[in-house]
Amino acid sequence: MVENVICTFCGSVCDDGQFDIEQFKSKKLCKLGSSKFSKKERIKAPMIDGKEVSYEKAIEKAAEILVNAKKPLLYGWASTVNEAIRLGVILTEKVRGIYDQCASVCHAPGTLAVIEEGLPGGSLGAIKNRADVVIFWGANPMEAHPRHGMRYSISAKGLLIKDRKQRKVIVVDVRPTKTAKLADDFIQIKPGYDYPIISALRAIISGNADVVPDEVGGVSKEKLMELAETMKNAKYGAILYGLGVTQSRGRDRNIENAVKLIQLLNRTTRWVIWPMRGHYNVVGAGEVPAWEAGYQYAIDFSRGYPRFSPAEFSAVEVLKRKDCDAALIIASDPAAHFPKAAVKHLKDIPVIQIDPFPNMTTLLANVVIPSAVAGLEAEGTAYRMDGIPLRVKKVVDSEYWSDEQILEKLLEKVEEFKG
Amino acid sequence: MHHALHIKNGIVIDPKNGVKAEKMDIFVKNGKIVEESELKGEDVKVIDATNKLVVAGGVDMHAHIAGSKMNTGRTMRPEEMRVVRNIANKFRAAIGRVLLTSPAIGYEYTKMGYTSVFEAAQPPIGALHTHEELDAIPMLDKAALPVFGNWHFVLKYVAEKEMEKLKAFIAWAIERTKGFGVKVVNPGGVEAWMYGGNVSSLDDQVPGFNVTPREIILSLIQATEELKLNHSVHLHCNRLGVPGNYETTIESIRLASKFSNDARQVLHVTHVQFNSYAGDSWRTVASGAEEIAKTVNAMDNVTIDMGQPIFGHATAMTGDAPFQFTLHRLTGSRWSNKDSEVEGGAGIVPIAYLPKNPVHALQWAIGMELGLLTDSDKVVLTTDYPNGGPFTEYPYIMAMLMSRKMREGELEKVSPFVQKASNLPAIDVEKTLEEVIHMTRSLPARILGLPNKGHLGIGADADIAIYDLDPLNVDTSNDFEKIYKTFKTAVYTIKDGIIVAKDGNLVEEYWGKTYWVDATGRVDLEAIKADLEDYFRYYSVELQNYGVEESWLKKPERIVI
Ligand code: SF4
Ligand SMILES: [Zn+2]
Repeated sequence: MVENVICTFCGSVCDDGQFDIEQFKSKKLCKLGSSKFSKKERIKAPMIDGKEVSYEKAIEKAAEILVNAKKPLLYGWASTVNEAIRLGVILTEKVRGIYDQCASVCHAPGTLAVIEEGLPGGSLGAIKNRADVVIFWGANPMEAHPRHGMRYSISAKGLLIKDRKQRKVIVVDVRPTKTAKLADDFIQIKPGYDYPIISALRAIISGNADVVPDEVGGVSKEKLMELAETMKNAKYGAILYGLGVTQSRGRDRNIENAVKLIQLLNRTTRWVIWPMRGHYNVVGAGEVPAWEAGYQYAIDFSRGYPRFSPAEFSAVEVLKRKDCDAALIIASDPAAHFPKAAVKHLKDIPVIQIDPFPNMTTLLANVVIPSAVAGLEAEGTAYRMDGIPLRVKKVVDSEYWSDEQILEKLLEKVEEFKG
Repeated sequence: MHHALHIKNGIVIDPKNGVKAEKMDIFVKNGKIVEESELKGEDVKVIDATNKLVVAGGVDMHAHIAGSKMNTGRTMRPEEMRVVRNIANKFRAAIGRVLLTSPAIGYEYTKMGYTSVFEAAQPPIGALHTHEELDAIPMLDKAALPVFGNWHFVLKYVAEKEMEKLKAFIAWAIERTKGFGVKVVNPGGVEAWMYGGNVSSLDDQVPGFNVTPREIILSLIQATEELKLNHSVHLHCNRLGVPGNYETTIESIRLASKFSNDARQVLHVTHVQFNSYAGDSWRTVASGAEEIAKTVNAMDNVTIDMGQPIFGHATAMTGDAPFQFTLHRLTGSRWSNKDSEVEGGAGIVPIAYLPKNPVHALQWAIGMELGLLTDSDKVVLTTDYPNGGPFTEYPYIMAMLMSRKMREGELEKVSPFVQKASNLPAIDVEKTLEEVIHMTRSLPARILGLPNKGHLGIGADADIAIYDLDPLNVDTSNDFEKIYKTFKTAVYTIKDGIIVAKDGNLVEEYWGKTYWVDATGRVDLEAIKADLEDYFRYYSVELQNYGVEESWLKKPERIVI
């Protein structure tokens, strides 16, 4: 039995798992996590146009595609480790392509809000130990991050907050989620009304309750007054927001408004706000390019230096505009998630895929390079949703090359071809 | 590639070894400075340094170059990233105005003749992130100082007067974070911030603990001295950025008088400019620099660094989370905050220092006053990058310290408030070239406890900078423009005996070492085992998963004590 195994499924990055090598089975992880740590259908071998080849051959072909492309797109990264991501950024720079990562289709509005207002946050450990009020806003951890509540937020036993009774949990959402059932208070709002509700709370807390109408976004003024009161009286509060806020009407403006609410609350008490990020290392997929190239996503290197423009250089925009002539897709499945027009262009250009598991993107990839599963078959650094770094482990041996190994070789080949 | 080098006919200033502008040859083999006789039979590359200044590579002992606050700064400020410094080719693309990308940090320090830079605040839970960024910085030697002043363990052991356990904990924590020494940021104040507060004096009680900032500082100095760490306690004082704080700073400095150490100071107080304000509000604020300089000069075991603001853009980022919130309220600017587990916090706020703004001009004047009035053997040149401004402007500070004439010119451009609120206009001190070389090389190396750095004696690391300046024929008082230009770009920067930059162009990508200090052999780690296990129930990572292994670092250099 291997102890303290680190789960590489969701952004909770639970590090208390156990893994029974004999039975190939994990313990303590949630359903999502244990399915990642079980035998699953794998891509069997590297392939070029459906024909099995050696790693070396596949990598050579991939390098050829990237070097011959005018502007390749290198997309994905959220489910691999920092060591691979770093090589990916350097590779993108070398081939003067575009680096983009999964956040550009989910939490990017949160990043835009950071640019406007900042991010007054705290680590999950700070929340576990101190938060007497936790608000999940458009986030449903019980389904997306099943052990989050137990480890960090809802029922986590902290230093100052000893148990569930000492912590008030509030869910704000458009429908009663599984998380809402565990909450002390569930506030159901009309879809698309996050912004006005946050504005109303700001008005009440800053002493301007008189401008708030009787009802905002399906919530009575009375209820809003009560929520504002709870927030003001919290000793240490946390808003944890999800895609329900970033992907509904208002997008980045919603987060900006929420950050302003947090700024206001900090004048009299302590509050933090933080996004509930999805994949286990989607944070690393933004942090690594930030220190290597200055930006988190949607980075174009075609001029030999990085430029950032989400409306221009994010993967979906680039594909829709047919502004890339090859793609490397790693640790993600755009064919299943991107809009039709974007997927259509992917079908028209040479695509390289690096992934442990077959998915929709495999079907349209010209070069497929299977990789080891990080956290199970390969090690490396990942950043939990709160940016806390953890070194995920190699628990079992495997025939597959790690993402890091593949990219190292690929970079070497590209350098060789470029001379 | 390692060449043996013969640096010929240079004019050497090497304060540690008492060399004052002497014509000398320097010999290098295997990354070290050696006697001429060692080069027999070697393939020697000769560098003609005739009439050029030859000094040790610069050592920056306090800058923020890596870790989550730096990276949050980049994320929050894409406007900072639009200055292109290097286009990708043989070297990496490098961008940034004041906040630079990791490759840009390595390149720009190198072009200036700096070869070692220490990251001055490493949050313990984020230690691995700090090291990942340090490892992404080419060219330089590096290290990181983990922060201790609000760590619950420290507060607990200080309250219980458990000195042996405190020492064991420090040794354990430095080993786990692959850190270099003990950094203290606003001791007790960041814990108070978790309840929206701060501390207002050295004798405030830290909420939830029966301790005061005074006791925390004293205990940490005692533990650091008993452990004989390379570097002393590195203190960011309480009440940073508050008018009237100079008294607290002086009180903190005096705490060192109870200790002694023959090799180095027992307390280094950092970016003192931000802690040198007299008056009781921003209306009545004035400089307290003279008093502070007097206090430091009168003691033989305290050093400081300037934290000199540079007019223009900067980004405030410190572990002093309550101060950062105050700054956000003061300026109305963006604000990021990072409360981390049960040990500390951090904040990040953009700022621009404007010459006509009375407070900014005063801050600028105070930094200079500290640099001029403090003994050159006790004050290091820093901007607390990126808090006070870019490290790329160190040559500006060097020139200002050496030239009263330059200061007079600059004074004309700033708010007249400086005339009445500071003594800068009346100061006629002009530091010598040798003193400024000391303040940027030998002194920081001594303060950090790195005997092989900051000098050119036999056995020293071959970190060398050559500048186009003849020290025997330069009038530093009047030729300040030349001084500024000269120190902006080294003719040669040599790291570990390898030429890494020439005339402002990068020559070779090189990876420096990361120093870390292992003092675990001096303590009984068993003594804190039960406490660690107990405490980690409150951490959000498992004890077994916490920390940074040496093998994860690119080029670790372990210093065993
Ligand atoms: S909550 Fe997330 S990280 Fe934790 S076990 Fe489940 S899937 Fe893995
Ligand atoms: Zn600092």
